[in-house]
Amino acid sequence: MKFNSALKNFVLVLFSTLLISACSTAKKAAVDTVDDVYTGTDTVEYLANGVPDRVFFATNKSSLTTRSRDTLRKQATYLRKNKDLTVTIEGHADERGTREYNLALGERRANAAKDYLMTYGVSGKRISVISYGKEKPVNPASSPLAWSQNRRSVTIKAN
Amino acid sequence: MKKTIIALLFFVLSTESAFSLIKVDITRGNLDPLPIAVSPLHIDSKSEDLKSLMDRKLGEEISKIIEKNFRSTGLFNPLKKDAFVQKPDIAHLKPRFEDWRLIKAQALITGKIVVKDKKLKVEFRLWDLTAAKEMLALSFTTTPTNWRRVAHIISDKIYERLTGETGYFDTRIIYVSEKGPKDQRVKKLAIMDQDGHGTKYLTLGNELVLTPRFNPTNQLVTYMSYFKNMPRVYLLDIETGIQEVVGNFPGMTFAPRFSPDGKKIIMSFAKDGNSDIYSMDMETRVVERITDHSAIDTSPSYSPDGKYICFNSDRSGLQQIYTMRSDGSQVKRITFGNGIYGTPVWSPRGDLIAFTKMRKGKFYIGVMRSDGTGERLLTENYYQEAPSWSPNGRVLIFYRETKSDSKGKGFTAKLWSIDITGYNERLVKTETDASDPSWSSLLSK
Repeated sequence: MKFNSALKNFVLVLFSTLLISACSTAKKAAVDTVDDVYTGTDTVEYLANGVPDRVFFATNKSSLTTRSRDTLRKQATYLRKNKDLTVTIEGHADERGTREYNLALGERRANAAKDYLMTYGVSGKRISVISYGKEKPVNPASSPLAWSQNRRSVTIKAN
Repeated sequence: MKKTIIALLFFVLSTESAFSLIKVDITRGNLDPLPIAVSPLHIDSKSEDLKSLMDRKLGEEISKIIEKNFRSTGLFNPLKKDAFVQKPDIAHLKPRFEDWRLIKAQALITGKIVVKDKKLKVEFRLWDLTAAKEMLALSFTTTPTNWRRVAHIISDKIYERLTGETGYFDTRIIYVSEKGPKDQRVKKLAIMDQDGHGTKYLTLGNELVLTPRFNPTNQLVTYMSYFKNMPRVYLLDIETGIQEVVGNFPGMTFAPRFSPDGKKIIMSFAKDGNSDIYSMDMETRVVERITDHSAIDTSPSYSPDGKYICFNSDRSGLQQIYTMRSDGSQVKRITFGNGIYGTPVWSPRGDLIAFTKMRKGKFYIGVMRSDGTGERLLTENYYQEAPSWSPNGRVLIFYRETKSDSKGKGFTAKLWSIDITGYNERLVKTETDASDPSWSSLLSK
């Protein structure tokens, strides 16, 4: 499994390199999502060096990708090292859904991240969650790229 | 906001049999709207404050509001006043039917206003010009500041007489006013008359507010607020401005709506990644869990008899619409069409459920029978959702958003209305951008 996903990432990197070299103006969006999940870094911030603050989701989904789990393990390691830190996980949805369902979906996404952090040894007491549904897009454009960047849960230092 | 209840006493001035008089069929799109003449209301010369009433052209202003209401239905064609053949006072006493027929009018509205003892007395008549008969004659008394409502009440009574259905003009819309860039929207609760007049803002915009809904008497509003960054369902008394959190839930509550008797609020409560439907009795504060499922259950709406609830759930994998008894038993999926479904709202008549449908990147507002059969999509657009019923169950109001460019520019949110016939789609003008509309019941019943 691990080998497979590593290989997949490698192939993807190669693919994107080829695409960019083939056409310098090629749309980045075409390579910034895999299976509907954003894989770029444009909107990503960092809790600490090498610890991305957010993970991304497919449309209407709250399941974590291999890449997301990798990010969350980095967050868990960081939080285990900084025991005084508490965090809020914000769950978000894209604008292509009904408002009320999106509130529930954002909550489900934030909790998916929380559960994973807890599995990796972070106490649930240190994590609060809040859903914003579609109310706080990070990218205000109406495009598949923007929507993929907005389907996210973001871990924020709360103290 | 001041209490605006008017004690309405209608006096039937005279009665006529309905035999073979005009009848407007509102069950299908009307391609041939009824030509109607709305004469300015005559101001009685014995009136108090006569000069002020004349200066303000109150009689003409009232007639203009009636015309605008009628035009907005798509069922009537109010005729231009410059062709009118009789002075308002004479027409109100005895119209010359043959002359009005010459300008192709089929119905005529006349009226008289008088202020006496600081009360505004209004009488009005509806005439069938073809049959040369009076169809309706009523009078009522109110406070003079309520003159706009006078126009709406007259509109309702005439609409009712001509269509056989209750009207929806003396009503208000509560909605979320929106301003600012898409990623930093400032949202406030706003309320206005159904025709866009008298907008008032009920919150300051310091916190995000969403999905306001009236109680059956229109005095209370339940909505969702992010006050202190705690997303919760709130209750607001429009008159006093007093707000309170609904229930004591250890997590997000959202998607609130009143029961038809106004005694309960039904809503979603989200905890640990799971949203279920709960109700709270407003008097006893007793909270009842209605659904218990690991999927998302939200957007609940009672049937008008309070016996059933329709709601949105993704227990099948994607968003679909379900019904159940109001105690949570007999859960039944009712949508099986292509695409996914959200925001079910039960019609005040009980026969239909309005919904949002999403399919192949398009959003639709539609209606279906309460068992899910007879689906009809009324309007297709880039993004629209959250229908709310007019109190007579003939019109839906909803909001529509436009696409934004790569910088987020070009984004708008507006209120629209459409007849359940699928005809007469109209922009509902608001002072600012707007979303999440909720239609009140008739203010005077």
